[in-house]
Amino acid sequence: MSASVVTICSGKGGVGKTTTTANLAVALALTGKKVVCIDGDIGLRNLDVVLGLENRIVYDLVDVIEGRCRLRQAMIRDKRLPELYLIPAAQTRDKSAVSPSDMVRLCDELRQDCDWILIDSPAGIERGFRNAIAPADTVIVVTNPEVSAVRDADRIIGIVEAEEKGPARLVINRVNPGMVKRGDMLTAEDVLELLAIELIGIVPEDENVIISTNRGQPIALDGKTRAGMAFNNIARRLQGEKVPFLDLEQKDGFFHRISRIFKPAGEV
Amino acid sequence: MPDWLDRLFGKETTSANQAKDRLKLVLINDRTDLSPHEMEIMKNELIEVIARHVDIDPDAVHISMTQEGREQRLVADIPIRPVKRRGGRTK
Repeated sequence: MSASVVTICSGKGGVGKTTTTANLAVALALTGKKVVCIDGDIGLRNLDVVLGLENRIVYDLVDVIEGRCRLRQAMIRDKRLPELYLIPAAQTRDKSAVSPSDMVRLCDELRQDCDWILIDSPAGIERGFRNAIAPADTVIVVTNPEVSAVRDADRIIGIVEAEEKGPARLVINRVNPGMVKRGDMLTAEDVLELLAIELIGIVPEDENVIISTNRGQPIALDGKTRAGMAFNNIARRLQGEKVPFLDLEQKDGFFHRISRIFKPAGEV
Repeated sequence: MPDWLDRLFGKETTSANQAKDRLKLVLINDRTDLSPHEMEIMKNELIEVIARHVDIDPDAVHISMTQEGREQRLVADIPIRPVKRRGGRTK
């Protein structure tokens, strides 16, 4: 086994990096792959609560780096998916406790015995972000169809290219089909045209994301929800599969609903 | 294009269109680290240098930034005035 390292970043905070990381990790583990996800946001630990693993933390990333525990001891195993692991961020330290070369060394050690390593980058373009992209084979940039998120995504894409970690792949998160239809939200095509990088996923805005996060059950576990389906599709594309993008036009007319019933599964 | 013309041709000035147009300009500035003001200064300096060598009409000069994928390109369209020779050529 030699794992591929995927770093999830965005520049702007609050666009859904952690949600994307958690759900991609779950979706990849659902396909039977061994996945380790690392919370790169030192001081602002969050991936643990989104995954529902917050009560089981003993050691964290900084403990591993500073030699207080072995790598294995800091890997929390998920009970639902035994091939899914989390290395949590330290909560009481700051980003200076970790260096880019620490991250490269840690990932090189991990690569031997898993299929995927996902790193949840902190917001911003400073040390924590540099740490997160240092070991990356692939960088996923998450954005929302909204001016400040797109602008920050463009900055991040530029830095990723300059660091020779590109080309980054894009996830457009929280697309609201109703607003797009009214002309009050950038379409996925608009965002793609502006940022000019390869698209890997479009995730619709879905109340179920908040509900599932409340429960600590990532939405990718529920493939029937639109967002859950979108995250599972991204995981498949990451593994090289060609999966058509969800059609986010919501037409709720009677005939449309009927035609939807007769469509093959997965082709919503 | 004026707003009423946009509406006539069916291109509404929706907030999404405004967002896209604003982002286009912002991203050009971000990527090139060139503000609209600096761009204007550069344009004037370019015209000045070129005018030293050939006869051009400064008002007809068109310098703009275009985007090709993630590459920015500075495109200059500088029409040159025809040379007026005194007496013409004899052979």
